[in-house]
Amino acid sequence: MSVSNLQIRKDGRLRHFLSTEGLNRGLLTEILDTAESFAGVTEQSVKKVPLLRGKTIVNLFFEASTRTRTTFELAAKRLSADVLNINIGASATVKGETLLDTLRNLQAMHVDMFVVRHADSGTAHFIARHVLPHVSVINAGDGRHAHPTQAMLDMFTIRREKGADFGRLSVAIVGDIANSRVARSQIHALNLLNTGDVRIIAPRTLIPSHIESLGVRVFHDLREGLRDTDVVIMLRLQRERMKGTVIPSEHEYYQLYGLTEEKLSMARPDITVMHPGPINRGVEMDSQVADGPRSVILQQVTYGIAVRMAVMSMAMQQKHSQDGDA
Amino acid sequence: MPEANIRISAGRLVDPCNQIDDLLDLYIADGRIAAIGAAPDGFSADIELDASGLVVIPGLIDLCARLREPGQEHKASIDSECRAAAAGGITTLCCPPDTDPVIDTPAVVELIRHRSQQIGAARVVTLGALTRGLRGEQLSEMAALQQAGCVGVSNALKPLASTLVERRAFEYAATFGLTVFLHADDAALSANGCIHEGQLSTRLGLPGIPQAAETVAVARDLALIQQTGVRAHFCRLTTRHAVRMVARAQFDGIPVSADVAIPNLYLSELDTIEFGADYHFIPPLRTQEDREGLRKGLISGTLSALCSDHQPHEPDAKLAPFPATEPGASGVDSLLSLTLKLVEEHQNLLPDAIARVTSGPARILNIPYGDLAVGRAADICMFAPDESWRLDEAGMNSQGKNTPFRGWEMPGRVRYTLRDGQIIFTSETS
Repeated sequence: MSVSNLQIRKDGRLRHFLSTEGLNRGLLTEILDTAESFAGVTEQSVKKVPLLRGKTIVNLFFEASTRTRTTFELAAKRLSADVLNINIGASATVKGETLLDTLRNLQAMHVDMFVVRHADSGTAHFIARHVLPHVSVINAGDGRHAHPTQAMLDMFTIRREKGADFGRLSVAIVGDIANSRVARSQIHALNLLNTGDVRIIAPRTLIPSHIESLGVRVFHDLREGLRDTDVVIMLRLQRERMKGTVIPSEHEYYQLYGLTEEKLSMARPDITVMHPGPINRGVEMDSQVADGPRSVILQQVTYGIAVRMAVMSMAMQQKHSQDGDA
Repeated sequence: MPEANIRISAGRLVDPCNQIDDLLDLYIADGRIAAIGAAPDGFSADIELDASGLVVIPGLIDLCARLREPGQEHKASIDSECRAAAAGGITTLCCPPDTDPVIDTPAVVELIRHRSQQIGAARVVTLGALTRGLRGEQLSEMAALQQAGCVGVSNALKPLASTLVERRAFEYAATFGLTVFLHADDAALSANGCIHEGQLSTRLGLPGIPQAAETVAVARDLALIQQTGVRAHFCRLTTRHAVRMVARAQFDGIPVSADVAIPNLYLSELDTIEFGADYHFIPPLRTQEDREGLRKGLISGTLSALCSDHQPHEPDAKLAPFPATEPGASGVDSLLSLTLKLVEEHQNLLPDAIARVTSGPARILNIPYGDLAVGRAADICMFAPDESWRLDEAGMNSQGKNTPFRGWEMPGRVRYTLRDGQIIFTSETS
C-alpha cells in the first residue's frame, strides 16, 4: 500500500493526513479553501460549528508540545467534537505497553480520530495502517519526517499574504533542514502548489544528503539566498545543536544565518517573514525582524486553528458517505 | 543409530571445489563420502536415493545465523532454526557471539553444541566474543574459546572502545591463528541510524547511516590487519566502495576475505519507501549502485561467501514505528533459492554460485566441510532445480516469519538434506 493510497480514499477524498507528500494540488487547495471558510468562524464571538458533534478526537502526544496540541484541541472544540488529551510520555508506554496495545485500548473506547505526535519518523503511518476502518489519523509531527498541518498553515499564510498564484513566488527556508519535519512538509507542499522557486539556506551540516531530489535549490549564503525572495521561513535551531559538531556557536550562526533587517534588504521589499515558533530571538532572527511589519509569525498561530479545523472536518466528513475504504 | 550405506544415484553432481559437474553416483559409508562415480569394493547400499532430475551439491554453509538461543527463545530456538536450516539444504550454521549470555565462555559454546547435537539437524559452529561481554574493552579468553570449539572470534555488531583495543585483540587472536570476523562500522558515524543515508533517509526523515561509516571502518581495520598480520574476514559488506577496498587489499596480499548478505543483493534503500519494517536492516540496504557493486564482487570472488544473515523475530518485533522495530530478516528458508535466482539473473555458472554457499564459507571458517571430496563428512543437499515455490508464512520453517521476500517466486526445491551421512530432511515426509 503506498503512502498516497493510505491517505486518500478511493473517491479521492482525504482519509488520513500523514504527509503533504503523496497528496495532490487539488486536495491541498481544498484544505486551504476549507480553512478559509473556517477562518471566519474563529473570528466570530460564538466560535463553534456543529460539524463534528458527537465525535471523539484523541490527541495522542508522545512528545511534548504546547502550541500544536493546543491549536488541535481548540480546532476540535470549535468543531464541537469531544477531545481527549493523552500525554503518553507519562503514561502507558512507560509501563511497557506497546504502541499498538495503547492504540487498541483507545479504539475500544470508540474514538473517531487520532491526532498523533511521536519522536519516531513513520509513527503516524504505522498507526494509520493499524486503526479500524472508520478511524482517521492526523499527523501532528513524526520524528524528522513530517508535520503536514504546520506546512498547510504556512501555505495558508502565504496565500493570504501573496495570493493564490504560487507560481510567481520565490520562497526560502532557512536553518536546520536536516532535523526539521516542518521543512520537509513545507517543501512538498510548496512544490505541489507549483511554487516557482523553492530555496533552502543553511550550512552543510544542517542540510541532509540528496535534498535536491525533493525539488529545492540549495544556498549556503543567506544574503545570496534571500535575493529577490517573496517569502522567507526561518526554522528553529534546537539549543542542543548550537554547540559542538553542527554549529560552532550561537554567535557564529547568528552572524551568518540570523535574519536581520540588513540581510532582509536583499529580498523583495514586500517580503513576508515566517517562523513556525518558538523563536530563539537573537539566534535565528533579530527581534526587530520578528516583531516588525513584515513578520506574520503570530498570524501563523491563529491560522493554525482554521487549517486544523479544515483537515479534521475533511477527514471525518467523508465517513458518513464512505465508511471504511482506504 | 548405525550409519547406513547410502547410494545417491543418477543426480547431477556439482562440487565446485573439486571441479565436478557431471551425472555421477555418490556413495556414502560411515557418515563419510566413500566414492564418486564407481562404487567402492564390496559396497552394498542400505538406502538408495534416486537423484535423477536432481542436483546434488555439498550441504550449504550459512556464515551467519542467529539462532536466538540462549537468551531470546521467544524469537526462535536452536531446535526450530536447525530444523529450518536443514529443510533449506543447510548443513552447517555459524552462530555469531551476540547471544545472551554472550559466547565469551566455554560453557556457552558447550551449551550450543550440546543442544544442536541433540536435535540432529544442521550442525552449528560458533564464533567466540572478541571482547568480554562484547563490551569492547577487555579481551576475551580466546584460547579457551578456541579450545572449546569456536572457529573464530568477533565482536558482532558491537563497537570496540578504541583502535588500541582493536590492535591488541587482533594481535591476541593472531597468536592462536584465530580468524577475526569484523563488522565494518564506525559507531560514531552510524550512531542512531536505521537506514542508508541518502535520498530515502532525507525523504522519510529517518536517521541515516552514511556509506563512510563502513568505508572508514574498513580502512581502519585493514591498516590494523596489515600491522598485526591477523587473518580477518569482513562480514556483510554493504557498499561498493568497501568491496573495492577489500579487492585492493587482497591484491596486495593482505589476508582478508569478505561476504555479503542475500538481502543486499536483491533490495535497496528504495524498498523502504513505505516505512516497511521488513526492510529494516543493520547494516542497512544501500543504493542500487551498491547492490550492483556487491553482485560484481560476488561474481569476481572478492566476496567469497553469500550468507542469509538469518535473524528470526517474533511478529511484535516488526510492529512498531520503523526506527523502533528490530532489524533483520529470517533467511535460512530462502538461502538456496535466492542463490539459484542469481544464477538465473546473471547467466552465471551454477558451480560458481554454489561455491559461495559451500566451499567459500568453509574456507573462511576453516572447517572441513563444503565439498564432496572422498573422506569428507557426507553433508549433502539434493534439490529439484526446475521446481519453484512461493515464499509465504506457511511455507517457512523458521520460527521467524519476518522476510522482505514474502510472495516471491523461489526457484529450486530441496528434496533431501544429509549431514554426516544422516538424512536430516526429506521433503517426502514433511
